Amino acid sequence: MDPVIRLRSAVALAGRFPVLAGVDLDVWPSEIVLLQGANGAGKTSILRACAGLLRVVAGEAVVLGVDLAADPRPVRRRVGLLGHASALYDDLSVADNLAFAVRAAGGDRRRVAPALERLGLLGRLPSTPLAALSAGQRRRVALAVLVARDPELWLLDEPHAGLDAEHRDLLDALVLDATARGRTVVLASHERHRAHAIAGRIVEVSGGVAVAPADPTGDDRPGRGPSPVPAVEAGHVA
Amino acid sequence: MWRDAVLVAGKDLRVELRSRVTTNQVAPYALIVLLLFGFAFDQDQYILTHAGPGLFWVAVLLCSLLAIQRSFGLEAADGARDGLRMSGLDAAGIFLGKALAVAAQLAVLEAVLTGGIVVLFGARLGDPLLLGATCVLATVGLAAAGTVYGAMAAGLRVRETLLPLLLLPVVAPVLLGATQAWLAAAGLSSGGGWRWLTLLAAFAAIYVALGVLGFGTLLEEA
Repeated sequence: MDPVIRLRSAVALAGRFPVLAGVDLDVWPSEIVLLQGANGAGKTSILRACAGLLRVVAGEAVVLGVDLAADPRPVRRRVGLLGHASALYDDLSVADNLAFAVRAAGGDRRRVAPALERLGLLGRLPSTPLAALSAGQRRRVALAVLVARDPELWLLDEPHAGLDAEHRDLLDALVLDATARGRTVVLASHERHRAHAIAGRIVEVSGGVAVAPADPTGDDRPGRGPSPVPAVEAGHVA
Repeated sequence: MWRDAVLVAGKDLRVELRSRVTTNQVAPYALIVLLLFGFAFDQDQYILTHAGPGLFWVAVLLCSLLAIQRSFGLEAADGARDGLRMSGLDAAGIFLGKALAVAAQLAVLEAVLTGGIVVLFGARLGDPLLLGATCVLATVGLAAAGTVYGAMAAGLRVRETLLPLLLLPVVAPVLLGATQAWLAAAGLSSGGGWRWLTLLAAFAAIYVALGVLGFGTLLEEA
């Protein structure tokens, strides 16, 4: 079985500053991996590199069988990134935003309505311009895009931020549901209790530049789904 | 590529229809520019008639800057550009879609400005075929070049001030060719208008080709 994500000594730059300086990480199919670390540790950079948005300039980076160092573009349609920004258009309605995102990713427009329903975006909300929504509602729209696209790899950057308790529960259920259907999830979150409860494995990102699996020489394939007592893996600074 | 182009153009135009920036802000701005030109030439009908085509295209150039800034401003807000990159849309399709949307807005503005110079300056329109071909080719060239340079400036914090600096010198051939063709169409110059269309067509072809071939790199690197 090939890993969904395989990073070996992966280096990425933001301008001339190394945001990733030798990352080693394997993520296996249907796994939920939590990236944990202080602000600026490099969690977001790892997610963006895996999404093919941050160019890996040295080392090995293979996501869903695509070599990101050679050309990251082929992987993007197969990956969904929920970042700090919603990546949506303020002047379009909720439904139009979803329809564009789904059709742009080559999906079927008929997936929009079920996704809206799943995220509780009902009534007048689908026809409301995004600019008129609260931060939490915008977050739910971004999540609805992810649900409608249903990519093979979900990359979630602080996914609980801005959501109320009810929708945090819903998010956790969506993540567990996605992995039950064979999707893989990597998330970065400061909501430790919530994230620990759904993560099958925790990877510590430290030093602002690097991350390593706990047991780089051994078999680090995790058990599926949430583990009762997640093991915090070792941080590593290259 | 064309499917992606239609999708992106549809999205950009839907945003414009909802926000009404083109109709409520850019079009009035274009008319104000024409009015100011009229004040500057102090009701000298001869100058206004002869300078009308040039002033028209200067106003179009200024409006095209606003349309292009707006087109890439949409993608800069709230990480939308990342969403576009993550969608896996064909880069050439994105270029064509954005250029089509800008061209559609410019066409509306040109219609408004044409009415403006006829009413305010008493400009003559003359040969409608030559005039129509001039507007189509100049609009395609402006939209294509603007989309290329808009993407180039998009990732920079100084994009608002950099874009005019990059674009205006480059589109000088459009200003020259379109003005001369219009003068010929109106019978205000002795030269043949159709030869200026060759310049406009060459300009448009070069920038459409540049955009189709190079927009992927611009989207990644800008």
